[in-house]
Amino acid sequence: MATGKGLFGSSLARKYWMALTGLFLCSFLVIHLLGNLPLMTGDHEAFNIYARFMTTFPVIKAVSYLLYASILLHTVDGLMLTRQNSAARPVKYANYNGAANASWASRNMALLGTFTLVFLIVHLKSFWFEMHFGNVPTVLIEGEEVKDLYTLTVTSFAQWWYTAFYVFAMAMLGFHLWHGFSSAFQTLGINHPTYTPIIKGIGAFFALVIPGVFALIPIVIYLNSLAA
Amino acid sequence: MNLTLQIWRQNGPQDAGRTVTYPVSNVSPDMSFLEMIDELNIDLIKKGEEPIAFDHDCREGICGMCSMFINGEAHGPDRGVTTCQLHMRTFKDGDTITVEPWRAKAFPVIKDLMVDRSAFDRVIQAGGYISVNTSGNTLDANAILVPKADADAAFDAATCIGCGACVATCKNASAMLFVSAKVSQLALLPQGKVEAAERVQNMVRQMDLEGFGNCTNTGACEVECPKGISLENIARMNREFLSASLTH
Amino acid sequence: MKLDARIPEGPIADKWTEYKGHVPLVSPANKRRIDVIVVGTGLAGSSAAASLAELGYNVKAFCFQDSPRRAHSIAAQGGINAAKNYQNDGDSVFRLFYDTVKGGDYRSREANVHRLAEVSTSIIDQCVAQGVPFARDYGGQLDNRSFGGVQVSRTFYAKGQTGQQLLLGAYSALSRQIANGRVKMYHRHEMVDVVTVDGKARGIIAKNIVTGKLERHSAHAVLLCTGGYGNVFFLSTNAMGSNVTAAWRAHKKGAFFGNPCFTQIHPTCIPVSGEHQSKLTLMSESLRNDGRIWVPLHKEDAQAIREGRLKATDLPEEKRDYYLERRYPAFGNLVPRDVASRAAKERCDEGHGVNATGEAVYLDFASAIERYGKEQANLKGLHNPTQEQIIDLGTQAVEAKYGNLFQMYEKITDDNPYRTPMMIYPAVHYTMGGLWVDYNLMTTVPGLFALGEANFSDHGANRLGASALMQGLADGYFVAPYTVGDYLSNDIRTGTIPTDSPEFDAAEKAAEERQQAFLDAKGTTPVDVFHRKLGKIMWDECGMARSAEGLKKAIADIRALREEFYKDVRVPGQREGLNIELDKAARVADFMELGELMCLDALTREESCGGHFRTEYQSEDGEALRDDAKFTHVAVWEHQDGDPGKSVRHQEELNYENVKLITRSYK
Repeated sequence: MATGKGLFGSSLARKYWMALTGLFLCSFLVIHLLGNLPLMTGDHEAFNIYARFMTTFPVIKAVSYLLYASILLHTVDGLMLTRQNSAARPVKYANYNGAANASWASRNMALLGTFTLVFLIVHLKSFWFEMHFGNVPTVLIEGEEVKDLYTLTVTSFAQWWYTAFYVFAMAMLGFHLWHGFSSAFQTLGINHPTYTPIIKGIGAFFALVIPGVFALIPIVIYLNSLAA
Repeated sequence: MNLTLQIWRQNGPQDAGRTVTYPVSNVSPDMSFLEMIDELNIDLIKKGEEPIAFDHDCREGICGMCSMFINGEAHGPDRGVTTCQLHMRTFKDGDTITVEPWRAKAFPVIKDLMVDRSAFDRVIQAGGYISVNTSGNTLDANAILVPKADADAAFDAATCIGCGACVATCKNASAMLFVSAKVSQLALLPQGKVEAAERVQNMVRQMDLEGFGNCTNTGACEVECPKGISLENIARMNREFLSASLTH
Repeated sequence: MKLDARIPEGPIADKWTEYKGHVPLVSPANKRRIDVIVVGTGLAGSSAAASLAELGYNVKAFCFQDSPRRAHSIAAQGGINAAKNYQNDGDSVFRLFYDTVKGGDYRSREANVHRLAEVSTSIIDQCVAQGVPFARDYGGQLDNRSFGGVQVSRTFYAKGQTGQQLLLGAYSALSRQIANGRVKMYHRHEMVDVVTVDGKARGIIAKNIVTGKLERHSAHAVLLCTGGYGNVFFLSTNAMGSNVTAAWRAHKKGAFFGNPCFTQIHPTCIPVSGEHQSKLTLMSESLRNDGRIWVPLHKEDAQAIREGRLKATDLPEEKRDYYLERRYPAFGNLVPRDVASRAAKERCDEGHGVNATGEAVYLDFASAIERYGKEQANLKGLHNPTQEQIIDLGTQAVEAKYGNLFQMYEKITDDNPYRTPMMIYPAVHYTMGGLWVDYNLMTTVPGLFALGEANFSDHGANRLGASALMQGLADGYFVAPYTVGDYLSNDIRTGTIPTDSPEFDAAEKAAEERQQAFLDAKGTTPVDVFHRKLGKIMWDECGMARSAEGLKKAIADIRALREEFYKDVRVPGQREGLNIELDKAARVADFMELGELMCLDALTREESCGGHFRTEYQSEDGEALRDDAKFTHVAVWEHQDGDPGKSVRHQEELNYENVKLITRSYK
């Protein structure tokens, strides 16, 4: 049980870490999405250059470790909080009308988070692992050999079930963000009659647009593959 | 009105407990929910059965003692009311109504619908006060001016009746709304600022020790709170705790 | 036995200061060796327990609720009086003292009331220091409101929840002492007897409500802060658990009871809606500032309204009787509580009542809504507002002032008070009577003190609004710490009081037998049924209007009911474990004895004063007739032989040296 003082150990501190890592992961989503955009337009080169840049540029490398740590902390912290929360009510209600007072997303963050984690593992295995350790064929761009992540991606999303999985996963992520984005601000103590509605608005926009565009990419690739 | 009640009966903390079905008839829509249970109890006693144990006292929504989880909601489906202010006209003839005690590790069942909420008292004892002795020689009440907005916000937080609906309704059985209401009230007033940092840390520590869950900001507590205590208080406590942790 | 009020010598303004200056003290080292029991954790109990613990005594505090914060002080709405004179409107300690004595219809003890007025200012300072969020104005200073029966604005408030805020302040002070170990808190514990050793109060027998076990607790002094006994009427604005047991047990152990018949009936409560009703809800006195009280002028119209053939709003002005404005043109709807209550009863008894039971009058906001509407229209620059606009604006203005009360009314009655007039009826609210205490708040049992509503001392025959909170906190924070110390200064050599003495044995055994008797009755009728019957007798004969004939009948009825109760009560379960019915039975048994004493007291007080109205003693136009020559005294009852009917009436003469007795007139 968390009983310490300070920024570690108490239940509130754990929530701060959830919020901070969550918001950091949100910022990563934006960068990731921007990088993915060339996939939409079918711009091989731009995408592959972006992919190489992301795997080799030292600053990005350094930030990526922070990212891995955040994912890990967000996951482990989330699991611990969920366990504690479950222990806080050992005997469940026979009739619990959660829908009466809270949104579905807010009541299912752990479930949504878990699914997002499963997706992340699959996603990392398919692309990140292959890019770092797999045998990805190379292409020549401006005289340099670059791993052809573009082709790998396009081939993957030509399979309908793979695309469907991605779209579904993005829907889950959307729900996770729907609650998570504004919730992080509340946890960090930012709640104000004027600004909170704005934060909630941005959160809703974020939750719709980011996963939406992420999901659109595989759909476009899949449709293109059908056309081809 | 004729209704079917499914009420949780539990003989004591060690008993596993079970749901028992009671049909009730001739319920007047003007009755409060507790008056309806009163009538049921009188019938049970006449039949030689044990009446249903439940907590209640003032029956006007201010003492915070009544505590029933009705049809899956703390204090039932109406908003801004305690169980004693819930009237039977909220229900329809023929309804089946489930009644359970508050459920949380920190609120063990004593009997039937009665739970032990002394965890709340211990949280207050950990710091929910201003350390001032009775002297008759404190500063004049008007010596420190308090902006009206702060005084009003402190009052709104202070209207918490300590019923525990927030804990009961939270999917995590978190006590954040209760604890933050007291932290906020005292942090908003100049008299309470002096020991604000210690207070928030001690109260949060006690809250954790009692085995309450964590806040996941679902906002259910605010909806079910009979006094409409705002989530802003939780944010304020988050702020207070963060700054206390960073500076103390 | 001679009653000695032990009022200090000297001019009234100096008595308390002189007393404090000369009171014997207990040294810090000795305080640690002295135990004090505080029963009840309302305003008086919490504040006394916290203050005594701060001084260094070992305090044990008891409450029957699940937390000390739930005591019924929490339900007080309006405010707390204090002679701060922040408004510069002529208030002073003397004026607060004078208003309280006059409001009490000259039946309270001058010295106690003056002390109350003196310490009232410290209460506000103390509460603010504790973080009580009183209402403030835009300049950041404390705000005040006016209350009935006075000409100054001296009431401090926190919206309609002043009692809650003050109690939570006292509860926080108490919690601080529990945390540091100076107070041991026993919640869900009910005191079932006082234990006296050599004539002194030396402890209590308490029942652990959860386990059913009787526990012995010893102390050098016992403070009863157990509130009033309005629940003897079954229906009252008191909490369901409020009871007289602690006070009554003390009474049977030798503490005399002062003015038991003095009951305050509050005029603005939501009327009874049916047989199932368990309690009555108060609508704040402040509503009478804007609401006009009326009944139909003609009985036929009242009848039609009762039968649902006619609506209040259909009745034209000339067919309405604004009886308070008619009878008391000077004060109108703002006459004191006792006068307003009696007038409502008189109209209903005459057949003008308006709800199905015939026991309700209208409190109408239509003219206030119109008045405020026009005012708002002017402010908003609407020169020819439509009637609709006026009603809209007026409704908004009334909502801003009384919104929470209107909402509460609508929740309970399902009636919209903005459109149809509210229905109200008087209900039992407070008991001015209580255990007799001297200037030190000590009862006739040495070492046994009574604070707050549990004692009789400060409100005479009628309490002014916003004075109950003042008295509770004054007794607990500022009086008891001195006067209890005065008594304890003789006890520093006593050492811990053992709980295995024959006195404790006997008290516990008696308590056990009392409890067993209820279980053994094995009758057929639940406790509540008896309680309702008792309440009906009390309300009919010892309520707003009392007569010798009715009171005699009530006494006979109560005695018969008591007999039936012991034969026919059904209490399921056993003594062990939680048994709420058993606890209720014990409380109702005590109420039944108290009820008889109240009737006896009302019967022997052959005058009308304050809340006590004897139909035989009224003027030609129905006003109360006080008899100062014969009754300027406290009726102090001594219990004898376990039978309230044999109680002996003593008198404490009241000497008014600073206030001149005059007839209250509101015409």
